[in-house]
Amino acid sequence: MKRIFALLAVMALLLAACGTDTTETTEATGGTETTETTEAPPEGIQAAANACEVGATDGPLNLYNWTDYIPTGPLAEEFEVDDLLAKFEEEHGEEVTLTFFNSNEAMLAQIDAGASYDVVVPSDYMVVTMRDADLLVELNRAAIPNLDANIAELFSNPGYDPGNRFSAPYQWGTTGIGYLYGSIDDTEGVSWGVLFDEEMAAPNAGFISLLDDTRETLGSALKYLGYSLNTLNKDEVDEAADLILSTNEWIAAFNSTSYWTLLSSGEVNVSQGWNGDFLGEYDRITEYDADGEVTYSGYDDFGYAIPIEGSAAWVDTMAIPTTADHPCTAQTFINFILDAENGATLTNFNYYASPNEASEEFIYEEIIEDPSIYPVPETMAILEFFLDLGDMNNYYADAFTRAKG
Amino acid sequence: MTLLDEKEQVVEEAVNPRLERKARKQESWRGFFHAAPAYVYLILFFVLPLLIIFVFSFGSRSNTGKPLLENWNFDSWGRLVDPLVRTIAIRSLWMALLNTAVCLMIAYPFAYWIATRAKQRTRTLLLIAVLIPFWSNFLVRTYAWRMLLGSDGYITQLGEATGLWGRMLFTQPAVFIGLLYGYLPFMVLPLYAALERMDWGLIEAGRDLYASGSKAFRKITLPLSKPGIIAGSILVFIPSLGAYVTPDILGGAKTNLLGNLLVTQFQAARNWPFGSALSGAILIVMLVATMIYFRTGGRTI
Amino acid sequence: MTRLHHGAAARPGVDRSLAIFGSLVFAFLYLPILVVVVFSFSGSESVGRWGGFSLRWYEQMLKNEQLLNALENSVVVALVSTVVATVLGTAAALSLDRYRRWVGRGAFDGLLYLPIIIPDVTMAVMLLLWFTSTGVIPLGRGSITLAHIAFNISFVAIVVRARLAHMDPAMEDAAADLYANRWQAFRRVTLPLIMPGVLGGALLALTLSLDDVVITSFVQGPGSTTLPVYVFGLIRRTVTPVINAVSTLMIAVSMVLVLASLTLQNRTGRRTESKGDRPMKRKPLIEKAESRENQQ
Repeated sequence: MKRIFALLAVMALLLAACGTDTTETTEATGGTETTETTEAPPEGIQAAANACEVGATDGPLNLYNWTDYIPTGPLAEEFEVDDLLAKFEEEHGEEVTLTFFNSNEAMLAQIDAGASYDVVVPSDYMVVTMRDADLLVELNRAAIPNLDANIAELFSNPGYDPGNRFSAPYQWGTTGIGYLYGSIDDTEGVSWGVLFDEEMAAPNAGFISLLDDTRETLGSALKYLGYSLNTLNKDEVDEAADLILSTNEWIAAFNSTSYWTLLSSGEVNVSQGWNGDFLGEYDRITEYDADGEVTYSGYDDFGYAIPIEGSAAWVDTMAIPTTADHPCTAQTFINFILDAENGATLTNFNYYASPNEASEEFIYEEIIEDPSIYPVPETMAILEFFLDLGDMNNYYADAFTRAKG
Repeated sequence: MTLLDEKEQVVEEAVNPRLERKARKQESWRGFFHAAPAYVYLILFFVLPLLIIFVFSFGSRSNTGKPLLENWNFDSWGRLVDPLVRTIAIRSLWMALLNTAVCLMIAYPFAYWIATRAKQRTRTLLLIAVLIPFWSNFLVRTYAWRMLLGSDGYITQLGEATGLWGRMLFTQPAVFIGLLYGYLPFMVLPLYAALERMDWGLIEAGRDLYASGSKAFRKITLPLSKPGIIAGSILVFIPSLGAYVTPDILGGAKTNLLGNLLVTQFQAARNWPFGSALSGAILIVMLVATMIYFRTGGRTI
Repeated sequence: MTRLHHGAAARPGVDRSLAIFGSLVFAFLYLPILVVVVFSFSGSESVGRWGGFSLRWYEQMLKNEQLLNALENSVVVALVSTVVATVLGTAAALSLDRYRRWVGRGAFDGLLYLPIIIPDVTMAVMLLLWFTSTGVIPLGRGSITLAHIAFNISFVAIVVRARLAHMDPAMEDAAADLYANRWQAFRRVTLPLIMPGVLGGALLALTLSLDDVVITSFVQGPGSTTLPVYVFGLIRRTVTPVINAVSTLMIAVSMVLVLASLTLQNRTGRRTESKGDRPMKRKPLIEKAESRENQQ
């Protein structure tokens, strides 16, 4: 550990020599930063970040993102959208190294252990964890003007990070139910009961899947029972766990990594999951003839609904860890992604909604008008963000372990 | 092992004590010298890091995972006797045992067949042919199995045509097919290594002696291939004890296994102290079991 | 020579049923691979649907820099870790099997099992903390390789030990008398004898390294994502048959390499042919050694 701190200290000194003045350093010591002497290096990086100007860069960018979550290379070509990394390199003259992670927790472990990346893409609840552990640099709003200018109101003051002080929203989506038309009654909206209620689930017994995810699966059960998905009431969590345990008789699988193929290949008829995954799959199974005319559309057979009892909304964000080497490039990159056109590019590639209001005019019409990507206001009202549970994380995890028997 | 010890003793008695002491010292040096690189490596990149885990198991949970190194306690070790943990451990043990037995039954005749090919080149080729499928991607293979076992899969169609089975996906048999597939090479390789070096002249002699082939097999081949059986069983049993991805994908993840429990502790629950204690318990129990199995294996199999 | 080098030859019935059984096992091993290969040529974007013959996934794979970079990382890490682990693991197996008494032998014996027993995620966490807290080795290809070696040594050692057990050390002693030094004795006698074990261990190590997701995803660094980690993450977002294409390519390349090396081996000299053959062939050598011993 000491070596890391020593290294950071040296870097901080170097960065400071590149034009940081002392007033900003003292400014940075406020807020959530602790004042212990061993924490001096993070102050250094905070100071460096605060000194960055719009569009300034201070070295190459190390981006740590989910696999294929940003259009680049042939995938960008395939989707006929801009290669955002190439565009950034061209506009700002800094090279980008992209590394992939596949779980928030693995990313957290790496950052907490001192691994150095300039920009990471944590999900909502992970922002809280990382912020509370002093692992995130407070964003310098002067260097990221798009953060104040372009973000939709709903995301400008999110529960996981009030005022977006440590994170900038990247993409957002919802948890809901993907289903084969005709397998459930959806005339008056879809209820979580098709998963959790024995009678309602009966027609699809053996052909139902739930997410294999502590927060999501318990969260939906909590919603069905009428509770908050961030509840700190142990009895409510227990009730939800018992509910999930009872589904064991009629569900086929817990799955959160490939449920959409289970649905499209007929292994299940009803599935709990994330909107982008379902829509992506409906898109993939759509077939075209030689002229590019649609011969079969996945959307004709399959649907997606946010249950009437309410559901979860999640946000993936961009943040700068305190282990970053190039805070100016990092903030310039965040500003770049929050640009109206670039934000639209992300959505046109990912099929997830953009928190970037200014982007909307550049997003494909079919996406903007799709209520499963951009829910109608009434639905928006019943969505809830995930918050970090602190010490209750443990309780939820144990409850979910019990729920699976 | 006992065989070797006896041999050593005979040799020791035959030579004079001074030379013997010198030889022994030399042997001791040589043994250490051979082991040294691996020894040093494992101390650097295994034992020292393992100490971190040991220390963590007495710490208290923090929200980032990395435990707080204060309020030292035994709570995490205490939780190991929780009935839930016991149920999960027994379930995992049972599954691993069954998988090891099935692997052994399939792998033995298979390795025997490969090891008895006349040409060295054929043997090597066949052995590599066993491994080639495993140089593709693990997840891709598992998903291929899911397709085969699913509603429209060829295996399901075959079963429906013959009326013997229906959709196997998300059932116990599917899990065992997946595990067998995943761990078969772990059993085949050491068995092959043990069988291939056998002195077949001895077996021919044995066949003359015992008249029946099966008796010759029982009395000679089987005992001589024992080290392969032991090594193979360890290589299959231990990893399948911690297996969870295959059971999750093919079995539907409807029950917890030790592997899930552990990953949950290090990831979703961020309870590294309990994860560390659980790992420590698995390490200790399995190490003792393995050593006993290895030592007594010479007599029981 | 039609002689099967073992007793089963005397019973063609047994050998025939073994051959049938062996073929069935191979069918089992290759069945899912067949699915992967076939679907890598499917034009459909959905993994499980046939969309007519197409090479689009191969095209996409060759253009996908991230994926090729991951593939390169995987291959480099797998090869380096396999070679190092095979050397260290074989030496470790020899030290335990050939030398019965040396300081720390018992501890080493137990220690060698631990990396096999330890759960992936535990090893992942402890190595991550070890690399970052010592700070000597930056996270990246190097740390991934070091981690893979750490678990592979044990797997190699255990396979080689299965080969060594009950092998007659007299042969080596005889050879040691015959040849000028230990190294030659090892190279000419011991190594050929244990080669199948070494090869088996190396193959196992290679396989394990090419498949590791958990440990690699914890100890990776900027730009060092390996193929399994890439694929694992890919599956969270979108999974396209491009993964089938990569798998097919890896299988094809490894088959070509294996065949090429075997042909090469065959051509460079018949003497390698006798490498793994029965000790009987080496009898003259042993007799020579014995006669030397008698003379003394």
